[in-house]
Amino acid sequence: MLEIPCPWCGPRNESEFVCAGEADRKRPSDPEAETEEAWADYLFNSTNPKGVVREWWWHVSGCTRWFQIDRDTVTHEITPVEESSK
Amino acid sequence: MKRFSIFSLARNALTGHRHWEKMWRSPDPKREYDVVIIGGGGHGLGAAYFLAKEHGITNVAVLEKGWLGGGNTGRNTMTVRSNFLREDSVPFHEMSLDLYHQLSRDLNYNLMVSQRGMITFIQSSAANRVALQMANTMHIYGAEYRMLTLDEVKQKIPIFDPSPDMRLPVRGGVYQPRASMVRHDAVAWGFARAADARGVDIIQNCEVTGIQQENGAVTGVETTRGLIKARKIGMAVAGHGSVVASMVGQRLPITTQPLQAWVSEPVKPVLNEIVVIRSYYGTYLMQSDKGEIVVGQGCDPYPSYAQRGTFPIIEDATTSMLEVFPSFGRLKLLRHWAGMLDIPYDGSPIISKTNTRGFYIDVAGSGGFKTTPAAAKTFAHLIAKDTPHPLAEKLGLERFSSGRLIQEGGVSANR
Amino acid sequence: MTRLANGGVIDRQRPLHFTFNGKRYQGYEGDTLASALMANDVLIVGRSFKYHRPRGILTCGPEEPNALVQLVSDGDQPNLRATEVPLREGLEARSVNCWPSAKFDLRAINSFLAPLFPAGFYYKTFMAGRWDFYSRFIRQAAGLGRSPKERDPGRYERVNHHTDVLVVGAGPTGVQAAKVLAESGRDVMVIDMQASPGGHLLFHSCQIDSQPGVEWVSQAAVELRDRKNVTWLQNTTATGYYDHNMVIAVEHEPAESWLRERLWHIRAKKVVIATGAVERPLIFPGNDRPGVMLADAVARYIQRFAAVPGKSVVIYTNNSTAYAHLETFKAAGIEIQGVLDLRESLSETELGLASKSKVPVVVNSRITGVQGRSAVKGVTYQDESGIKTLSCDLVCHSGGWNPLIHLYSHAGGRSRFDQESAAFVPGERAQGAYSIGGANGTFSLGQGLKEASEIANLLFGEKSDDSASSALAVPVTEGEVSYRIDEIWPEKGLKGKAFVDFQNDVTTADISLAVRENFRSIEHVKRYTTAGMAVDQGKIGNPNVIGLVSRELDQEQTSVGTTTFRPPFAPVSFGVIGGNERGLLIIPARTTPMTDWNIANGAAMDEAGANFRRPFFFPRAGESMEDAVAREATAVRTSCGIYDGTPLGTFELHGPDTAELLNRLYTNRFDNLPVGRGRFGLMLREDGRLFDDGVTFRVDETRYLMSCGTGAAGAVYAHIDRLLQTEWIDLKVYLVNVSAAWATMCVCGPMARKVLDKLESDIALDPSFRFLDFRDGTLEGIPVRLARVSYTGELSFEVNVARRSALKLWTILIDAGKEFGITPVGSETSGVLRIEKGFISPGHEGDNITNPFDAGMGWIVDMTKPDFIGKRSLLRDMRLGGERQHVVGLLPDDERAAVADGSALLPAQQELSRSGFQGHVTAACFSPTLKRTIALGLLKDGQSRHGEKVIISGLENSCPATVSAPVFYDPKGERMRG
Ligand SMILES: Cc1cc2nc3c(=O)[nH]c(=O)nc-3n(C[C@H](O)[C@H](O)[C@H](O)COP(=O)(O)OP(=O)(O)OC[C@H]3O[C@@H](n4cnc5c(N)ncnc54)[C@H](O)[C@@H]3O)c2cc1C
Ligand SMILES: [Zn+2]
Repeated sequence: MLEIPCPWCGPRNESEFVCAGEADRKRPSDPEAETEEAWADYLFNSTNPKGVVREWWWHVSGCTRWFQIDRDTVTHEITPVEESSK
Repeated sequence: MKRFSIFSLARNALTGHRHWEKMWRSPDPKREYDVVIIGGGGHGLGAAYFLAKEHGITNVAVLEKGWLGGGNTGRNTMTVRSNFLREDSVPFHEMSLDLYHQLSRDLNYNLMVSQRGMITFIQSSAANRVALQMANTMHIYGAEYRMLTLDEVKQKIPIFDPSPDMRLPVRGGVYQPRASMVRHDAVAWGFARAADARGVDIIQNCEVTGIQQENGAVTGVETTRGLIKARKIGMAVAGHGSVVASMVGQRLPITTQPLQAWVSEPVKPVLNEIVVIRSYYGTYLMQSDKGEIVVGQGCDPYPSYAQRGTFPIIEDATTSMLEVFPSFGRLKLLRHWAGMLDIPYDGSPIISKTNTRGFYIDVAGSGGFKTTPAAAKTFAHLIAKDTPHPLAEKLGLERFSSGRLIQEGGVSANR
Repeated sequence: MTRLANGGVIDRQRPLHFTFNGKRYQGYEGDTLASALMANDVLIVGRSFKYHRPRGILTCGPEEPNALVQLVSDGDQPNLRATEVPLREGLEARSVNCWPSAKFDLRAINSFLAPLFPAGFYYKTFMAGRWDFYSRFIRQAAGLGRSPKERDPGRYERVNHHTDVLVVGAGPTGVQAAKVLAESGRDVMVIDMQASPGGHLLFHSCQIDSQPGVEWVSQAAVELRDRKNVTWLQNTTATGYYDHNMVIAVEHEPAESWLRERLWHIRAKKVVIATGAVERPLIFPGNDRPGVMLADAVARYIQRFAAVPGKSVVIYTNNSTAYAHLETFKAAGIEIQGVLDLRESLSETELGLASKSKVPVVVNSRITGVQGRSAVKGVTYQDESGIKTLSCDLVCHSGGWNPLIHLYSHAGGRSRFDQESAAFVPGERAQGAYSIGGANGTFSLGQGLKEASEIANLLFGEKSDDSASSALAVPVTEGEVSYRIDEIWPEKGLKGKAFVDFQNDVTTADISLAVRENFRSIEHVKRYTTAGMAVDQGKIGNPNVIGLVSRELDQEQTSVGTTTFRPPFAPVSFGVIGGNERGLLIIPARTTPMTDWNIANGAAMDEAGANFRRPFFFPRAGESMEDAVAREATAVRTSCGIYDGTPLGTFELHGPDTAELLNRLYTNRFDNLPVGRGRFGLMLREDGRLFDDGVTFRVDETRYLMSCGTGAAGAVYAHIDRLLQTEWIDLKVYLVNVSAAWATMCVCGPMARKVLDKLESDIALDPSFRFLDFRDGTLEGIPVRLARVSYTGELSFEVNVARRSALKLWTILIDAGKEFGITPVGSETSGVLRIEKGFISPGHEGDNITNPFDAGMGWIVDMTKPDFIGKRSLLRDMRLGGERQHVVGLLPDDERAAVADGSALLPAQQELSRSGFQGHVTAACFSPTLKRTIALGLLKDGQSRHGEKVIISGLENSCPATVSAPVFYDPKGERMRG
């Protein structure tokens, strides 16, 4: 059971959250300008790094806010992300 | 390679077992190979074996960063089956089962294929519909998948004792008689021994740290044991797909997540079939030849390379197990562990060329032990001929840019 | 009977009677089963796994590999360690895995066939034919105890606990650390697996601060337990250390009598691991014979239980700790034949202890054999002058100590081999785990206490204030033998069976064989030989395996490394892991205000998604499911039905940008929807596949009410919320899930208006109230929102009402509808009605692969909108073209054919064949309205195949059918608009 630091509620058990994927996956502002390759990359691919990843978490059973954290996928160490650096 | 048999055992018994050969050599890497396979799990070792056996390519090295089979191959729950939903999945998985049933002989190594049959409980009308769809599709490909009434389920599993107020009452089951358990270590070791005997160099403690290319084609790999040149490179590193593919700048449609499994202390046989309680967390369980109850369920719900999971997964699965096998409350959890799975977006294996010439990938996917022989065989075909094997034609990366996914995600839990 | 007249913690006033392997014995309150057996001179307690060699008790704790029993008295419980089973009156136990008895076991024949069963022999034979056949016999022989047959009657509890520091182990070092931490004002939790605090001091005499060690500990414990900031649990085993400093612990025999065990989830900021060490065996031929025991264990039996396992002992050691026992053994009346020491020389202290007890010591000696098969008769040993023998009935050996680094390793900490203590000790740290004392390889008590104080002070990076300094002083110890060890391994090619894993019968020869066959990694050796894989998980044996492998490979032990320590530290019952959540508690079932009414009115219930149970159909006496569904469907088509639609998801969206948001979410437009009206909308996933559909109303300029499918509601909510909070943060829209605030009932059928007309209402139901209009008002004084939507294809009113009024209104409607034959309708019936109408269900026809054009829903896709979720992927589909599966209707030739959902579609004239797959039936039913079987399906290129024949191939039967458009009833939709 990971302990996720919600910026609004403080540290809470992982079971209250949904891990919602990599934060650098951004929907293209003009999808039709994307090539098929680039569109497929957005839809399906991920960086999936071994190491620190910035990701979205959703406090669905809490304040229902989405927020970002930096999480090390090897040690599971978590560093909160400052609101301003998003 | 000296053949194993009951006679070789008897002969060696007389000499105090002092004369057994090495199972495989431990050569130093050569400077150059025709093919380098990255990853010494079942998929990589199997691909090397089929390259040598079916394509006559023997100047091959398998590079393993740790010990053979130390990845998911040596951690999985040993279930092989072919109950899948899509026309592009079923024949591939059927071929794998066929291969499993003949490999012990071919490899001269006992893979301990124990045909137990798998029963998936049906606990809702939606589950019933999916089971029927699967059964009918499988039927077309000659794979038996049978609906069982509740009484038939009870007959097959005498200790099945659902609580009377079950949240999702078991209405019956669906049964694949040919689903089996296969000794996981034996798969890695059997392939390794047979590949080694055909000249393949198996090199352990050799991590690939970079891939060299020229003009969009691979030329070799950088490893912790030096540079090794190669004309072709096959990646079979389940759980590290994104890491290795990123060495050629290839992004993959996968996430890497922990999958846990655990066993009870061994007891005398009580459970013959492999049982899946899909509607509760996808929990599944079976009894190993050693007598342990082996249990697993879905992945931990976040990406991780840590090879460990969290305890609530085990608590949930245990709750659902006790709902149908309440007598197991007094059995004890002996050991639990995790591996990490490269889970493709659509839940189906990826066996594919890439944008880099000579770089081929085999992403075993979420339940890749069962596919080991078929993936190995078709991967070897792809590497040798540079065109996909007919049964793996649809498994390439192209399916993502064309949007023609092979959607098994909803159905194939990870076992 | 070998029980001392005095001493130990047993209560001699309270004798207990018990049965072991069918024979009656007597022990005392305070005994374990093992100590009681020992006091009764029961030597053979079990058989080994592979060779079925007779085995006796080896240890005194949870690490016991041999004394595994099936407890029969308190429900069936397999594989309990006799060393851990508290004795009770009437206890009944049996040895596991032997037949007919532990004393005479027929499978001991395996012992004679042993040469045929080297490590890994399975891999080398049985290749031909089916392993199934052989494995049936092998499985019978495998396994230890038998699984219980009855439901586990035990009650369990799972709790959470948060603390600053968790101290695991209430031995002297753990207690010292707890003292310091408690003094500094931190929240401290102390857990210990024994019944009382003290750790190894319970068994060994030693002075702390001029007090007997045990007393010092118990006094400290008493003081600590009284403090507000301390939580103290005995009988509690920490079993695993997980991410973010979560430790799982199991409390055995909690104070509550109704409770069998309690599972603790402990979240600590730091964890102090003071779990001590366990003794490791020496490797010598016959080291598994009954009567060969670990030296420390024997001392424990004597000190704690006054049980004496022999009369005449030979001690065999490579380290100093055995010398500390000499006094104890002597005092218990055991004649010490001598100490055989592998080392070349002894320290002053060791020599002093030996001469004080007048015990002969032979240095540089090693045991070459143990005499006696089922009881020790003596040993042969070799020293500088040759081979000699000594008679004895007990051999005590000590190969040094294994720090319990399990929890440290679970946390992710590394281990390293420490030459001086000849043990794997904690290395690089992970998380907040700190090992101290024996668990840290610090085998001196004085050193351990110092370490405890230091670590405790350091944990939070601050010193405590002076007022507490007296408690912080490091206690002074006396009477210790300082630890000295020389690791000396048996010579290669040792004759006779010397065991490294007792339970799995792994010998030195097996290890050599594995290495000879080129299994070089320690993990390979473990797997090939099964060393360390028995139920003791290698707690005592693994270091010996590592040592042997390092010698075979000529490698340092550090580079050989340990196998991974996998949780749990000690086996944990599934009962306590799973807790008591059963039945409805396993996944809470959601209900609607009408659930009770539905059940009372005979509904057959079914899962409806999102954990709702809803009526499937309402069978009347004597009705089959088909009958009931036909009756309900006919009522809807000809008179009136009523349907509980509460499980549908309902979201309120408001804010200035709501129309824009909806335009981007749905394939069609919502900005031009007039206030007071609703529109059917289709939502795609970004990959262009059907996601959800439903009707959305415009309540006012900036406020919409969206409804979506029950099963999809959670996903739809997540989808919209994600887009609003992460992608389109500039859109000003509030999203509120109001599903649980509303109840919904659908009155449908040609008489629907008549039913509603009977109620007192301020809502005009005249033709100006058009299809897809909604109106707010009251029905019989109850505020409602009335909407004209139809999921059945008939004239239909959806009544939305606050939950608290729902049941009242429902019964009013039922009463009002009586004269029109109002009929409650279940989900199976509404399924039939939707198939007749050809309404697409994303969960059925979507199948994760269908786009709206495949589904014939191009009419609702506005490709001229600048963007919507899924549009880009639809463009891709259109550009790439190629064969796709389309939604079609299917009319079987046999109008009464039974067609199962999921049946495959094959080309006509073609029997089952590998290339035949054309698609499948997504939903089929017998249509009571059309009086024939109809089906919807996904068929390759189906839209161009209307009129063609295909075969519907089910598991039981197959039948030819004609492909048609996927709508069978009222294609123009006149009835629902009516
Ligand atoms: C708990 C669990 C239970 C499972 N149960 C089942 C089941 O019942 N049935 C089923 O079909 N599947 C199951 N699976 C999935 C299955 O185990 C895997 O899909 C399958 O074993 C993958 O085989 P592989 O050879 O591709 O990968 P692996 O066996 O993981 O081999 C990949 C190897 O690549 C090596 N490697 C990685 N990076 C490098 C590098 N840079 N250089 C060199 N070497 C590298 C790794 O060390 C590893 O040994 C389970 C998985 C887990 C974790
Ligand atoms: Zn929050």
